[in-house]
Amino acid sequence: MKKVAKILLGLLLIINPTLFAQDAQMADTMRAEGKIYVVVAIILVIFFGLIAYLIYTDRKISKLEKRVK
Amino acid sequence: MRSNWWKIVSVGLLIYAIIGGLLFEVPRLHIVNETIRSLYFHVPMWFGMVFLFLASMIYAIRYLRNPNFKDDAYSVEFANVGLIYGILGIITGMIWANYTWGSPWHGDPKQNGAAIALLVYLAYCILRGSVNSEEQRARLSAVYNIFAFVAMIPLIFIIPRMTSSMHPGSGGNPGFNMYDLDSKMRMVFYPAVIGWILLGTWISTLRIRMRLLEEKIIESEDEKSS
Repeated sequence: MKKVAKILLGLLLIINPTLFAQDAQMADTMRAEGKIYVVVAIILVIFFGLIAYLIYTDRKISKLEKRVK
Repeated sequence: MRSNWWKIVSVGLLIYAIIGGLLFEVPRLHIVNETIRSLYFHVPMWFGMVFLFLASMIYAIRYLRNPNFKDDAYSVEFANVGLIYGILGIITGMIWANYTWGSPWHGDPKQNGAAIALLVYLAYCILRGSVNSEEQRARLSAVYNIFAFVAMIPLIFIIPRMTSSMHPGSGGNPGFNMYDLDSKMRMVFYPAVIGWILLGTWISTLRIRMRLLEEKIIESEDEKSS
């Protein structure tokens, strides 16, 4: 009897998070309205800007390396 | 010509991680809700940090085996960028903790451990700044670097698992069980980790090249003056 209870409890623990989580609040409306793409675009623009700066710095260092040699 | 393919890989993976991290489906969980997506950005900082500190230690060992300026430069800059990753990791962790745990600093074992590890590496920078002789600075900091890395491992990976903690991957849990990270999340998480590691390496190499250039310029100036 104790064993069965233990197994049941174990099973419950495994299933629990996924079962209970179905009604968890997510930003579904934001996604449905497509506003999430605004966020993606803004983050990507900042990321591209920083990467462009990194590439520029990389090139500048390469030029300096050629000059110093 | 230096090959640059891995820099393109890094940027590509990070673009994928940003888009996928914000748009792809994630498990619907209570308490964390939509903030589970922070995992794609917060955790790679720590993976990146550990990788950069490891690289730093390897170059420190190389320096001790055969003292030369180059290995010292590599060791310092990997540690510097690793420290930046760590600081970003701890700040993002605090923002996330404020939302899910209720306060930015919860005295969570992993959070405390990470903070101590960062302090250990901050002391590395202070140590370098406080020794004037170049050779001595390089040798001392290389030895300290090895100790710092060895101290960081239990602080971040071992102690948090031996105590109870709210931090996923702590309190005896394996790092990623089914409910910390499902297979869909892995598809974004691992590319993000690789992307951030490569980006950190890229930034480090830029700093290293600057350091080596500086050394060359100083050398040529010395030749002129003598």
